[in-house]
Amino acid sequence: MKEDKGALANGRPVAASGTEAGVACLLAWLVPGAGHLYLGRRGKGLVFLAALCALFVLGVAMESRLQLHLGFDDPLALIVSVAQMALGAPYLLARSLGFSEGLVTAVTYEYGTTFTAVAGLLNILVMLDAFDTATGRKP
Amino acid sequence: MSRLILLAPSLLQSHLLNLVVFSGLVSAVFATLLRDDTSSRLRFGLKAFSAFVLVTLVLGWVMRPFPS
Repeated sequence: MKEDKGALANGRPVAASGTEAGVACLLAWLVPGAGHLYLGRRGKGLVFLAALCALFVLGVAMESRLQLHLGFDDPLALIVSVAQMALGAPYLLARSLGFSEGLVTAVTYEYGTTFTAVAGLLNILVMLDAFDTATGRKP
Repeated sequence: MSRLILLAPSLLQSHLLNLVVFSGLVSAVFATLLRDDTSSRLRFGLKAFSAFVLVTLVLGWVMRPFPS
């Protein structure tokens, strides 16, 4: 088990090195909550892992389309695409398993897209929290 | 029909259930991010969850005369 890299010393957070902060952010992007687990914040990490994966899986089950739209011709599609990609490995796994198309005529299509996009946007906040924890800005 | 959850397609089409599940999960993430101890996380999470659900129901009721 890894040591608690963001541990409190005399009531003050201990800053990890820049490399460790980078690793925490990368892990947080790849697997939701993994950055916090790497930093020894098991409780937070498990909550993020469970909640964000549940949001994403439910979104995919509701026929969300996992978009890969990187052009500026449709800015809203670009934003949704970037938001969904922010979930890292679950997004890539779902696409590789053939869940990328979705079903635009499904009743739950819009809900599904909202679930998957919000899961990705929340993971960006989780990545920033992991960075703040690693650099000692947050206890 | 959903290819991933074949057992509960009708549950996934419930607007109220979707609202409750979405609000619960998002509130849990925000409470964990923004509060540091368990009791304040619980309080914040419950407040955020209630706000999500109540505001959505009120907005839905206000928009009822304008269905499309």
